[in-house]
Amino acid sequence: MKFNKKITNILIILISTLALSACSTAKKSGGAGSDVYSGSATVQYLASGVKDRVFFATNRSALTTASRDTLRKQASWMRKNKKLNVVLEGHGDERGTREYNLALAEKRANAARDYLLTYGISGKRISVISYGKEKPVNSASTPLAWSQNRRSVTVKTK
Amino acid sequence: MKKIFYILIVFLFKFNIAYSLIEVDITRGNLDPLPIAVSPLHVDPQSDNYQDAKTKELGELISSVVEKNFRSTGLFNPLNKDAFVQKPDIAHLKPRFEDWRLITAQALVTGKLLLKDEKLKIEFRLWDVAANKEMIALAFTTTPSNWRRVAHIISDKIYERLTGESGYFDTRIIYVSETGPRTQRVKKLAIMDQDGENTKYLTLGNELVLTPRFNPTNQLVTYLSYFRNLPRVYLLDIETGIQEVVGNFPGMTFAPRFSPDGKKIIMSFAKNGNSDIYTMDLESRLVEKITEDSSIDTSPSYSPDGKYITFNSDRSGLQQIYTMKSDGSGVKRISFGDGLYGTPVWSPRGDLIAFTKVRGGKFYIGVMRSDGSGERLLTENFYQEAPSWSPNGRLLVFYRETKAGKNGEGFTAKLWSIDITGYNERELKTETDASDPSWSSLLSK
Repeated sequence: MKFNKKITNILIILISTLALSACSTAKKSGGAGSDVYSGSATVQYLASGVKDRVFFATNRSALTTASRDTLRKQASWMRKNKKLNVVLEGHGDERGTREYNLALAEKRANAARDYLLTYGISGKRISVISYGKEKPVNSASTPLAWSQNRRSVTVKTK
Repeated sequence: MKKIFYILIVFLFKFNIAYSLIEVDITRGNLDPLPIAVSPLHVDPQSDNYQDAKTKELGELISSVVEKNFRSTGLFNPLNKDAFVQKPDIAHLKPRFEDWRLITAQALVTGKLLLKDEKLKIEFRLWDVAANKEMIALAFTTTPSNWRRVAHIISDKIYERLTGESGYFDTRIIYVSETGPRTQRVKKLAIMDQDGENTKYLTLGNELVLTPRFNPTNQLVTYLSYFRNLPRVYLLDIETGIQEVVGNFPGMTFAPRFSPDGKKIIMSFAKNGNSDIYTMDLESRLVEKITEDSSIDTSPSYSPDGKYITFNSDRSGLQQIYTMKSDGSGVKRISFGDGLYGTPVWSPRGDLIAFTKVRGGKFYIGVMRSDGSGERLLTENFYQEAPSWSPNGRLLVFYRETKAGKNGEGFTAKLWSIDITGYNERELKTETDASDPSWSSLLSK
């Protein structure tokens, strides 16, 4: 029951983000953003208020409004910490073929990278790696787990 | 009374057989598998240690490998040895065909082994029981430790004679062995004989490895390794264990396969969020860009004549299958059914392309003609992908994952094979969980 309620909440949030993003950057045809995770169960923080990851819709690499907000906070955190470099780790869910997932996860991490670049972060400070579907955070075979696994995670490097 | 019965049978068969030798139709699936008797190989009395139980056992082991191969095809029904009337040595000289007909055998395999001076000589014969005829007789000499391969070669010869197709038993399968929980999966390259024997691990599991593929002309393998956390296509010589990175790409290379002549590797290279297809000539090290599109282009696979490439692209919006000439010109979308299509791989016969299809939350392994017509889905499941062809183009091996529970429990990954008729779906037993299988060509050509 509790689970159902959660899903409903997520759906409501999703529908509203859809409405918001519908006219902005629909990179590809077909309802982008329809199943993007918007909870915080798996999220960690790079600094106070700076989430470490953004989530994606099935088969998509477009950033949602919420993702752009997270990335803007990451960018300002990186501007404040000039010596800090990051690696963006792109991931997919288990419901796609392995090779396509490798490519898609690379595209997702690069979507996040491109956004950081537009906020003035030097490309030299950001590297990208794709793990495809090889490193899930949630190992269940449920739509919730899949949505948590479709992500780009910003990780501090030395 | 009994005698009359015998004579009648002989008479009937004599009549029939004048026309047709036995033949197995493999285009229809396994509705009516051919009853075959595989008599244990008998030991030649001139063998060293003739009385040794181990020597006698070797004859039985070889015939049981042959029998297991036949059973796995679904095309043959190896008969129970308890019912065999004739002794192996006598049957090998000249079978009493009526005895074998009585137990419904249509084909009979007999053999002899001679173990002398550290050499193993194996002789076998295939008999057409209905036509009272010898169909083939062959002999092989090898080292005793090589007996298993000889058993596979014999199986291939018999299969070829009875089906008119080349065999696939003297082959190996390379795959990714998987252990540990899903969030910390340990993956190693592993190789085994086609029947699941002789498993060997080729990497230690220190780094993530994916998608090994055989060179069709030799025993080299190309695969993706995350060595030093840099995902790159590697080349591995399975005899020497020597590994090397393929090319010097400033980013992830993945989805590698060899060209049919084994001289090039075709793969994807991902840069700045865009994956395109490249080839690298292994001798000249010359790199060529084959596709140039802002979409994802991956999973390339050559046609057996090397003139065409099939690949996976989402340039139309979602994953679909395309073909093009090997220079990248003439790109054509060939998948138009409901759902998404991935992992296209060209049959070694050239006529078909096998693929993974995703539709309505289910995963299918299927085949279509290289122009996209005649799509046939062979098997449906929760998750399965990555078909690889048997060298004769009659079977596909792929991997299948089960649905995991809340904490990942119940998750398994296993190798399966299926005939392109859609029949004879079966699991290939592996020591650990397994994925990304690739079938070698025949070891002895």
